[in-house]
Amino acid sequence: MNIQVAERSTASMSRPESGQPVTRNTEANHELSIRVRDLNLWYGDSQALKNLNIDLYQKNVTALIGPSGCGKSTFLRCLNRMNDLIPSVRIKGLVEMDGHDVNAPKMDEVALRRRVGMVFQKPNPFPKSIYDNVVYAPRMHDLVSRKPEQDELVEKALRDAGLWEEVKDKLHQPGTSLSGGQQQRLCIARAIAVQPDVILMDEPTSALDPISTATIEDLMDRLKQKFTIITVTHNMQQAARVADYTAFFHLGEIIEYNDTRTMFSNPATKKAEDYITGRYG
Amino acid sequence: MSHSFDEISAQLRGRHRKSARLKWISMGALGLAGLFLVLFFADMLNKGLPAFQQAYVQVELEYNEDAASMGRAAMDPEVSRVVSRSFERLIPGMIRDNPDLLGTTEQRWVLTNGDVDQYLKGHRSKLSEAEREVVDELVDSGQVALKFNTTFFSRGDSKMAENAGIMAAAVGTVMTMLVTLAIAFPIGVMTAVYLEEFAPDNRLTQIIEININNLAAIPSILFGLLGLAIFINFFGVPRSSPLVGGMTLALMTLPVIIIATRTALRSVPDSIRHAAFGVGCSRWQVVRDHVLPLAMPGIMTGSIIGLAQAMGETAPLIIVGMVAFIPDVGASFTQAATVLPAQVFTWAGEPERAFVEKTAGGILVLLSILIFLNASAVILRKKFERRW
Repeated sequence: MNIQVAERSTASMSRPESGQPVTRNTEANHELSIRVRDLNLWYGDSQALKNLNIDLYQKNVTALIGPSGCGKSTFLRCLNRMNDLIPSVRIKGLVEMDGHDVNAPKMDEVALRRRVGMVFQKPNPFPKSIYDNVVYAPRMHDLVSRKPEQDELVEKALRDAGLWEEVKDKLHQPGTSLSGGQQQRLCIARAIAVQPDVILMDEPTSALDPISTATIEDLMDRLKQKFTIITVTHNMQQAARVADYTAFFHLGEIIEYNDTRTMFSNPATKKAEDYITGRYG
Repeated sequence: MSHSFDEISAQLRGRHRKSARLKWISMGALGLAGLFLVLFFADMLNKGLPAFQQAYVQVELEYNEDAASMGRAAMDPEVSRVVSRSFERLIPGMIRDNPDLLGTTEQRWVLTNGDVDQYLKGHRSKLSEAEREVVDELVDSGQVALKFNTTFFSRGDSKMAENAGIMAAAVGTVMTMLVTLAIAFPIGVMTAVYLEEFAPDNRLTQIIEININNLAAIPSILFGLLGLAIFINFFGVPRSSPLVGGMTLALMTLPVIIIATRTALRSVPDSIRHAAFGVGCSRWQVVRDHVLPLAMPGIMTGSIIGLAQAMGETAPLIIVGMVAFIPDVGASFTQAATVLPAQVFTWAGEPERAFVEKTAGGILVLLSILIFLNASAVILRKKFERRW
């Protein structure tokens, strides 16, 4: 892909219609992972997402920020069709991954979620052992069958999630016996165990203490070598620390999609600047 | 202007009095409920415990030719007056089955007749003065005594009180409950799973939900009429059988199991469902692997309580003919049978004094089984309750 040199754009050059970031991050990877065009979403009669356009790139961390109720979590759930679970939701527009429209009738949401994993706001390990938490999904998807394969996969996933050293002696204790931060890393291990392409994280650290938060942030930095990470966060410092690209949401619209460093030092839009400097939100 | 503590206390006095009064009234209500319970149990134990004992007499049996046709001939005529006729009738059969007995003699403890039993227990009996003397003598010589009543726990119903037992009814209850469980549990659980996890929330499912709740409140005798009309008259299921009784009770238990299961499913937090959907489970996998295991303790508790309720039910079973006189322990699901509460009902209608204690004894057995079932429901819930 043709990588342009970072250019300082004016407000008029801000292109929320095109779905491309205002400024390019020269260090980032720019292979397309998910392409979103004219995405609209309604809860009953009220519109929650309005004409979203965004290109999400592979093997990056993309942060979605914005005030409460701006639609960032709703948007995140569009990417693996978790909104299907809410009966009143109506979606129009294109979410394309690997050349396939994920909302197409012939797209199997189970197959989609196999490639787009998710980590939730509140750690929610299954009420099973640590081992079973990790091995459950791979076994269900027939990725592993024999015991040695399973052991190997569990160790690898837990190592990748930075949890192995802490739990290797108690793999058969319940996952819920771990601390909050450990539970969240267990949920990450569970998500990466099926080798997805994309991991969606919905405010993964909002229920955690600062030390556990730092651990998870480090982990995101390492995981982006292998996975595309899209994270919703309320914490702007976190977005500034971990994200390559940041999208600012406001009232169901993407106001600005930009290289993170530029977004926080020199945002292209007035609204983003006001939000980042703490004038509202 | 502020108020002193004294002023405020004076004002508060009336309020404190009122709450104290309410406390005493509610404690009184509890005490009254407890008192009724104690009275009920005391009465049942008082009347029922003697049923677990029965008068037996030691007789010398002489298996001779006459006895092969008339059992009475095997015994000393004096003693034979206190022996239960139910035993006398057995003797010819014993000889027929085992011809080697002929010509031998045997000492044996056998049932006395009901009047001797009642006399020994200090109740009113129809024994004549002469008969009482005979019995007193036998008691003094140790040949008549009260012993643990094995007959009560091993026999079916009988027209002779001393020979009547609850075994046939207990077996009938077990078979009926097996049928009920086999029908109501899977249908109830799957219905609840569909309504709670799969069905869209629309007018139709709301109507179904309201109707299920209504079904749980319908007088049970109506289920009996339904069973009679549909199972017996339409499908031709044999009447009085554990099969038809179990099917009828299953109708009654279904709404209880459905409601309990739905409550249990609803108490499983959504975060677990989201986690499971998030790793790519299909809807059925979410339910089977994650939601049902977590809801199981609640489902089991509800089902056991529903089953216990069905077990104590008499009215619908009367309609489908399960109050029959059943002297033999049943062997198949299609033979006529009776159940514990129906047996109690039958005995309660018998005029003889000896059946009063049988009735109370039957109630004690039924109560202990119900208490056991309910206790196991509580224990199951405690044991499998999981936190997340």
